[in-house]
Amino acid sequence: MLPYIARRLLATVPVMVMVAVVVFAILRLTPGDPAAIIAGDDATAEQLDKIRQTMGLDKPIYLQLVQWLARLMQGDLGVSLLSGTPVLSMIGDRMGPSLALALGTIVVTVIIAIPLGIIAAWRQGKLLDRAIMTLSVLGFSVPTFVVGYLLIYSLSIKLGWFPVQGYKPLSEGFWPFAQRLVLPVLALSGVYVALIARITRSSIIEVMGEDFIRTARSKGATERVVLMRHALRNAAVPIVTIIGIGIASLISGVVVTESVFNLPGLGRLVVEAVLARDYPVIQGLILLFSFIYILINLLVDLLYPVFDPRIRY
Amino acid sequence: MQAIVNPLPGESSGQASGELPSTVSAPQTASVLKQLVGTLKSGPVLVAFVILCVVILAALSAPLLGTNDPVAIDPGSRLRGISPEHWLGTDAYGRDTYSRVVYGARVSLIVGAGATIMCILLGLLIGVVAGYFRAADAIIMRVMDGIMAIPSILLAIALVSLTGGSILTVLVAITVPEVPRVVRLVRSVILSVRSEPYVEAAISLGTPAPTLLVRHMVPNTIAPLIVQGTYVFAAAILIEATLSFLGAGLPPEIPSWGNMMSEGRMYFQLLPGLILYPGIVLAATLLSVNVLGDVVRDVLDPKMAKKS
Amino acid sequence: MLSKVKRAACYKAFGISAAFSFASLVTIPAHAQTITAVMQSGLRVMDPVVSTAFITRDHGYMIYDTLLGMNEKFEIKPQMAEKWEVAEDQKTYTFTLRDGLKWHDGAPVTSEDCVASLKRWAQQDSTGQVLMTMVSDIAVVDGKSFKVVLKEPTSLLLESLAKLSSRPAFMMPKRIAETPASESIKEFIGSGPFKFVASEFKPGLKVVYDKNKDYVPRSEPASWTAGGKVVNVDRVQWAAMPDQMTPVNALMNGEIDFIQQVPFDLLPMLENNNDVNVEVLDKLGNWTYYRFNHLHPPFNNKLLRQAAMHAVGQDDVLKALVGNPKYAKTCAAVFGCDTPYADTYGKDVVIPSNIDKAKQLLKEANYDGTPIVVLQPTDLAMVAPQPIVIASALRKAGFKVDLKTMDWQSVVTQQGNQKSPSEGGWNIFSTYSTLATSGNPFGNTTVAANGTKAWAGWPEVPEIEKLRLEFARATDETKRKEITAQIQKLAIDEGVVGPLGQFSVPAAYSKKLTGVLASPITVFWNIKKSDK
Repeated sequence: MLPYIARRLLATVPVMVMVAVVVFAILRLTPGDPAAIIAGDDATAEQLDKIRQTMGLDKPIYLQLVQWLARLMQGDLGVSLLSGTPVLSMIGDRMGPSLALALGTIVVTVIIAIPLGIIAAWRQGKLLDRAIMTLSVLGFSVPTFVVGYLLIYSLSIKLGWFPVQGYKPLSEGFWPFAQRLVLPVLALSGVYVALIARITRSSIIEVMGEDFIRTARSKGATERVVLMRHALRNAAVPIVTIIGIGIASLISGVVVTESVFNLPGLGRLVVEAVLARDYPVIQGLILLFSFIYILINLLVDLLYPVFDPRIRY
Repeated sequence: MQAIVNPLPGESSGQASGELPSTVSAPQTASVLKQLVGTLKSGPVLVAFVILCVVILAALSAPLLGTNDPVAIDPGSRLRGISPEHWLGTDAYGRDTYSRVVYGARVSLIVGAGATIMCILLGLLIGVVAGYFRAADAIIMRVMDGIMAIPSILLAIALVSLTGGSILTVLVAITVPEVPRVVRLVRSVILSVRSEPYVEAAISLGTPAPTLLVRHMVPNTIAPLIVQGTYVFAAAILIEATLSFLGAGLPPEIPSWGNMMSEGRMYFQLLPGLILYPGIVLAATLLSVNVLGDVVRDVLDPKMAKKS
Repeated sequence: MLSKVKRAACYKAFGISAAFSFASLVTIPAHAQTITAVMQSGLRVMDPVVSTAFITRDHGYMIYDTLLGMNEKFEIKPQMAEKWEVAEDQKTYTFTLRDGLKWHDGAPVTSEDCVASLKRWAQQDSTGQVLMTMVSDIAVVDGKSFKVVLKEPTSLLLESLAKLSSRPAFMMPKRIAETPASESIKEFIGSGPFKFVASEFKPGLKVVYDKNKDYVPRSEPASWTAGGKVVNVDRVQWAAMPDQMTPVNALMNGEIDFIQQVPFDLLPMLENNNDVNVEVLDKLGNWTYYRFNHLHPPFNNKLLRQAAMHAVGQDDVLKALVGNPKYAKTCAAVFGCDTPYADTYGKDVVIPSNIDKAKQLLKEANYDGTPIVVLQPTDLAMVAPQPIVIASALRKAGFKVDLKTMDWQSVVTQQGNQKSPSEGGWNIFSTYSTLATSGNPFGNTTVAANGTKAWAGWPEVPEIEKLRLEFARATDETKRKEITAQIQKLAIDEGVVGPLGQFSVPAAYSKKLTGVLASPITVFWNIKKSDK
């Protein structure tokens, strides 16, 4: 087990390096000049040149890349070109809201989606199944920002139950924290509930055709026991896989949701940094996201043996 | 089980573990078609089929449906409600919402279909290479891991600002992050087929690789690819809307449903129709695609069909 | 319903207790009062000498002070300066600082600090650069006074020190002002009415300013950047929100107090709200315009620039951009209508959309169908509609138009690209400026016409350059008006800049706030906040 984990972690290094180099190249090929953004739109060419020099942007790209990688080895992600704030502290500042949103979404999704999927599988082909599946397709079919606006309009503005925007850290009390997270989490969960309910349903249906289920049934196990004890456990591998993929793809949803609800998280930082060509910030964020992604995949793989004893590392 | 075969990072097992090796021959194709037609007897499937046909027809014959030029602006009559001249009102530039919804069907279908085709073709090609030629596998899968590890939105914004917003840019921006998923799917199917005794026998008999691939392997990817294709189709239309929302989508002049919704979002509380009309059409289309996708999967996948 | 009643009751009880404690402890308020304002964008670049971004300028006015201020009558008044004396030859100005000025770190403001600040500012600022060609010496006289010696008399000195925007001449401590002008400062200490709270700063998200308790405001009433900057709250917090709907909802919900710029189309939501004031604070407003690229075909041809100017009409632009006629008006003046140098020359060219005339000019110029690249930003409401309307008008006139969409920052970086449109350059882009900046030939960079050294578009009209220098030397107002009228004529005839009309952007604020000042710069002094 441990050598396996070590091997997997080691295997992430080339991936991360590849990501870093590719992103560096894409960014520097994109037209856009942080100097022009800093100086504003009436700067003269001479002023821009000076700013570029001060920031080291006039050096050849490969040299910039090497310098950046060298500093990275020492754990230094650099500073924002615009505000001069260290990238690490910017990421730290923005981590809270994104983490809260992502974790909230995962919890809500799992709590809602798996029971829905089980019920749908149990009532397969019946009205309830069809209703759940239709609703889940609807979840796929409405963009997150539209769901967000509908929630704000109905629950915040019309009913006044929740604030329309903003974020309060947990340190300011649980209620202010939770109150501001409810709507963003609901808006973002829609797609994932739909996805995971569907996967749960189809995985269970698939497992229900296996021999051991027939054996369990013939032994006189009730439908509930068959579903919960035998089918769900065996359907867990694809479900966990999809949850893993879902988490990895959360980032896009987080970007949109953070914009709609004005959450000061990493998603917004990405978009802001890209629009401002704040290279060190973008590079730092990409590395972070890639690392999280790889870590989640590793975690998912490590979970397989828990659900399916046939898998061993 | 997959994990034992391939203990590589990011491996997803289970996706294809239920696939039975089956080759599709001509008579089977005919019976599949027959079955597909048969499913139309079911109410929801028929409704989905009709909706999709209407949308496709509307897209094809947009100029004949009483539309105006969807790009023509008229700042004098902006943000109007429903009227005889403007069946669904006008947007912030005074463009006719009805015309934009109808023409939007074209753009959104092109985006959906284009991304699906690009994704499937690229995914199939790369996936087959990765699954069949073991030497290339490690490198390809590392590259796929790398792509998946980059947040797709960032990739899209970078691509769009690199080349300017156009349908092709948006298609590429949508396709690139989706390809690795298709590659993995195809690869896992190929891998599981490869280990089947009859394929191993064929290999040991010296059957050339192209024959093996075309006869035994690729056909097995069709059913999962169609299912994946419907997902990509729906996802592409949605991603296009999200990209528009973040300012990295199609040029606002081009009427796509996603574009219209993101432009209309500011007027949501004043003129909800600007989001709702394209939104309803979008949801209905995606709903139909997904319902039909499920049907196709049930028919194509004999194991699933047995149970429903 | 119940919850509303309860909330109202709470507020009432709260208000009473606040009033009570206020009466008993006169100098210390019952609790810290904070104004939360949503500004037009997030603050990221902090150096008001390096950047001309409006948000950076507004930040400057919070924490820095200027030697001179300008009031609503465009009069130059002392601010940090107690007074200034002009020698008889009109060439030596001696400025004396007022008593009690202190930097936020407690050190007194000295004339050395001011001289260093002036020098750094003049290196970077376009007006400052012209001024420096006329200055022979800036020198410290004693701890509280310094002198500026001119080579020839000019009113540009006082005007640039009192300049409202952008890059006002802010004063900083000497050690900070000694930072090279191209490098951003790293310490944010001024002598202004608010202090920057570094520990709370989140770039792009949130900026917090505390009241500077040591600040000694002038005794005159506040007017624009002149007069007493009296701060009546403990804290001002700026927030940036990426979505335009969010601040409007938040203001209606009482979560924030102030929105610097309300999108025009969302105004009806706030105008009907009893708890919110909607008011244009910048009465001067903005002007929007477009630029031709004079370096490349087809707009290196004057006739075709004329054709385009005839084709594009201001009414359509303003309807698409603003909608509500209350906040917009057509205007041909490159120095803005309602400003001292307003001029109406060219109003029949730039205001109406005259497609026939444009077609005629197009034929005369033998337009060969070269596609016109128009840059269109999609993410900024104030600049997104203009290119769409321009493109539509040009197409009607027979131009072939390629509308290139991108984010605003890309437009900003693209516009400096002097390459031909087929190699990634452009033919037309559009933006807007505040009239507070654009009222004279120096503040207004769009009329600079020194070819490739001019601002994006690179028009080359030597006569305009001559007139601008004459303007700097002229001290007589009638003479200056003559000069600016000549510049107006040349600017329109040569297609140096295409005016698209004027507009004002209303601000909205909670009725809890009183004393919000009308000013071209959003200022937070003088505002009081009640608890009701």
